Amino acid sequence: MSLAEILHGLLFDFTLRTVALGAAVLGALAGALGCFAVLRRQSLLGDAISHAALPGIVLAFVLTGSRATPVLVLGAGIAGWLGTLAVLAIVRGGRLPEDTALGIVLSVFFGFGMVLLTWVQGRPDARQAGLDTFLFGQAATVLPADVTLVAGVGSAAALVTVLFWKEFKLLSFDPDYARALGLPMGRVDLLLTGLLVVAIVLGLQMVGVVLMSAMVVAPAAAARQWTDSLRTMVLLAGVLGATAGVTGAALSATARGVPTGPTIVLVASGIVVISLLAAPRRGLVAEVLRAARVRRRIRADAVLLDLYALSRQHARSAHPHALGTLQTMGGRERGVTASLRTLEARGWAAPSAGEHWAITEEGRLRAEHLLRTGVGGEDPKSVEGAEGGAES
Amino acid sequence: MEPEPTPEGGGRRRGGRGDASGEEIDRTSPAIEVNDLTVAYRDQPVLWDVDVAFRHGALTAIVGPNGAGKTTLIQTILGLVRPAAGRIRILGKPVREGRRSVAYVPQRGSVDWDFPTSVLDVVVMGTYGRLGWFRRPGRAEREAALGALAKVGMEAFAERQIRQLSGGQQQRVFLARALVQEAPIYLMDEPFQGVDARTERAIVEVLSDLRARGDTVIAVHHALQSVPEYFDDVVLLNVRRIASGPVAQVFTEENLRTCYGGRVPFLHAVAGPPVAGSPAPVAGSPAPGAGSPAQGAGSPVPWPGSPASSPGAAPAPGPGASAPPADGSA
Repeated sequence: MSLAEILHGLLFDFTLRTVALGAAVLGALAGALGCFAVLRRQSLLGDAISHAALPGIVLAFVLTGSRATPVLVLGAGIAGWLGTLAVLAIVRGGRLPEDTALGIVLSVFFGFGMVLLTWVQGRPDARQAGLDTFLFGQAATVLPADVTLVAGVGSAAALVTVLFWKEFKLLSFDPDYARALGLPMGRVDLLLTGLLVVAIVLGLQMVGVVLMSAMVVAPAAAARQWTDSLRTMVLLAGVLGATAGVTGAALSATARGVPTGPTIVLVASGIVVISLLAAPRRGLVAEVLRAARVRRRIRADAVLLDLYALSRQHARSAHPHALGTLQTMGGRERGVTASLRTLEARGWAAPSAGEHWAITEEGRLRAEHLLRTGVGGEDPKSVEGAEGGAES
Repeated sequence: MEPEPTPEGGGRRRGGRGDASGEEIDRTSPAIEVNDLTVAYRDQPVLWDVDVAFRHGALTAIVGPNGAGKTTLIQTILGLVRPAAGRIRILGKPVREGRRSVAYVPQRGSVDWDFPTSVLDVVVMGTYGRLGWFRRPGRAEREAALGALAKVGMEAFAERQIRQLSGGQQQRVFLARALVQEAPIYLMDEPFQGVDARTERAIVEVLSDLRARGDTVIAVHHALQSVPEYFDDVVLLNVRRIASGPVAQVFTEENLRTCYGGRVPFLHAVAGPPVAGSPAPVAGSPAPGAGSPAQGAGSPVPWPGSPASSPGAAPAPGPGASAPPADGSA
C-alpha cells in the first residue's frame, strides 16, 4: 500500500479515520502524561500499570459477559490502580526498592492475567474471541463510540493537568519542598498517577498491555531531547505521541494481520532514535560536532602557540616559518595544514611562498591571551567568565 | 500587611503568607519549640528525646557528626518525617499549620538538576504555597522571584537552564526560592556545603539581612570553625541534644568533645570558648584586617544591629577569653 493510499484512507475512509483519531488522542495523552513519569524516574510504572490491567480486562469480561469497551476499560482501570497501590504499599513497607516492587507487581499481575485469559479461551464461549487482542492491540476493533469515550476522558485528563500544572511540576521536581510548603503532595501524587492509569488503560485496546508503556516513555524521552522547558516538553511529547499513534494505527489498519501496538511502538521508537541523534544541544550528532569543533580549535591554538614561539626568536615577528618546522614542533604531520588554514581564516596567521607561514599581529595578541588564560580555554564569554565580570 | 515589630523590618510585606499573615508574631515565646522529640527509622533511633527551643530573630546552627540526626530534625519540623513521639510547635502552632511560616532550603543534591526548567521558574516555586489551587504564578510572582535572585547575586541567570549552574549557583537559587516565601522562619540544610567563596559571601549577606529584619534562621552547619562568626546560637546534636544556647556559652571544647565523641574536626579552630562578641562587631566597622581572614573575604561582614548577641551574650569567663581568633594554627 502506497503512502498516497494511506493518506487518502486517513482522509476519506471512515474506519481508518476513526482509528487514526483514537490513536492520535491516545498518543497525545499518554505522551504528555508520560513526561511526568519519565522526569520522576518512574518510567517502569507505566509498564507495571499496563501489565497489571490484563487480569482486570479478563475478569470484567467473565463477570459481565460483555465485551463492550467501557466495561473492559473499567476492569483494566481497577486492576491497574490496584497494581499501582500494590507497588506503593511494597515500597512504603520499606523492605524492597521501587524497581523491585514494580517488577514483582508487573509479573504477578500479568501472570495472573495470562492464566485467566488462557482459561477463558478454553471455555466453549464464542464471545471471548478477540480478548487476546488486548495483548498486542488491534486498532481495527476500535469503534466510533470508543473514540468518543477516549476523546471525552482524554479532554478531562488534559483539563486536570492544566489545572494542577504547578503542583504536578513541583511534585516532579522537588516533592519534599512542596510538602514543606504545605501542599498535600500525597494526594497530588495519587491524582497524577490516576491520570496515568487512565491514559494507559484507554490505550490498551489499541496498543495492548505488553507494549503500552512505550507510549508513555518514548514520546517523553524524545521530547526531552529537543527542549529545556517542561511545558514545551509536555506539548511536544503529546504531538510526537499523536504522530506515532496515527502513523502506526494507519499502517496496521491498512494491512491484514499486523498488530497495532508493535507498529505504533516501532514508529515511536524511530522518533526516539531520531531525537537522540539529531536534537540540537542534547543530540548525539550535535555532541560529536561540538567535540570535533573543540578539538579543531585546540589543535589550531597549539599550532598558533608554536608559531608564536618561533616568532619570538626573530627580531621581526612576521618572519615566515616552514610548514615542516611546525609539523615537527607539533609532533604530527597531518592536520597542521588544516589548523593553519583555520588560523588564516581567523586572521591569526598568513601564508607566504613555499609553504611558509607567519603569525599576524592579531595572532600574536591571541597567543598571548592564550598563554595568560590557558591553552584551549573558551572565549572569554563563558558562563563563569560572565559571572566573574559581574563580580568585579 | 501589618507592621512588624522589628525596627528594621517595618513595613515589609508579610501578607499572603498563609496562616501566619493574620497575626502578630509573639516574640517572647520561641520561634520553634521541640519537646521530647524521638524519631526512629525502623528500630533505629535517629533522634532521641530532643528538647530544643529556637529563639526569634537569632541565627542558629545545628552541628553534630554525620548521622547525628541534623537533617532529620529539620525534616521533622517541616512535617516531612513523622516523629515517633514528641511535640513540635512553630510559632505556637502545630506543624501542619505552622510550617506555612517556614521557608525551607533543602540540600541541593536532593533534586535532579537536569530537570527541564529555568532558574526563574525554580524560584517562582517559592510562591506556590501562597498562590493556592488553580492559580498560576503571574507577573507579581515573577518580580518577587527576580528580586530574590538579585539578593543572592543571580539576577543575570534568571533565564538560564538549571542544568548549567555550578554547585554554588544551585545553592543560591534554592536560597532565593526560600526568600520568595517571605516567611519569618528559615530552615536551611547545609547551605554552605561545598560552595564557592562568592556563594558563601552571598549567603552570609542574606543571613545578616534576615537577622536585621528580625527573621529566624536555623541552619544545619558543618564547618565548625565558622560557627562563632556566622551564628548567634548553636545546637550540638548527636541523636540526643548535647547542648544548645548562645554560641558564647555553649560552643565549648567540652561540649564539642561530648558531641563528636572525642574526634572533633577543627577543634583547634575553636579552642576554648569563642571570642566573646566576635560574631557581632559594631555595625559598619571594618574588620581589623590582619588578624581575621574572615570568610567574608574583603567585604567586612557586619551584622547590622544584631538584636540577639551583642549585648546579651556576656563574655564567657574562661581561659579562652583572650585567645586570638584561631588561624594558621593548623
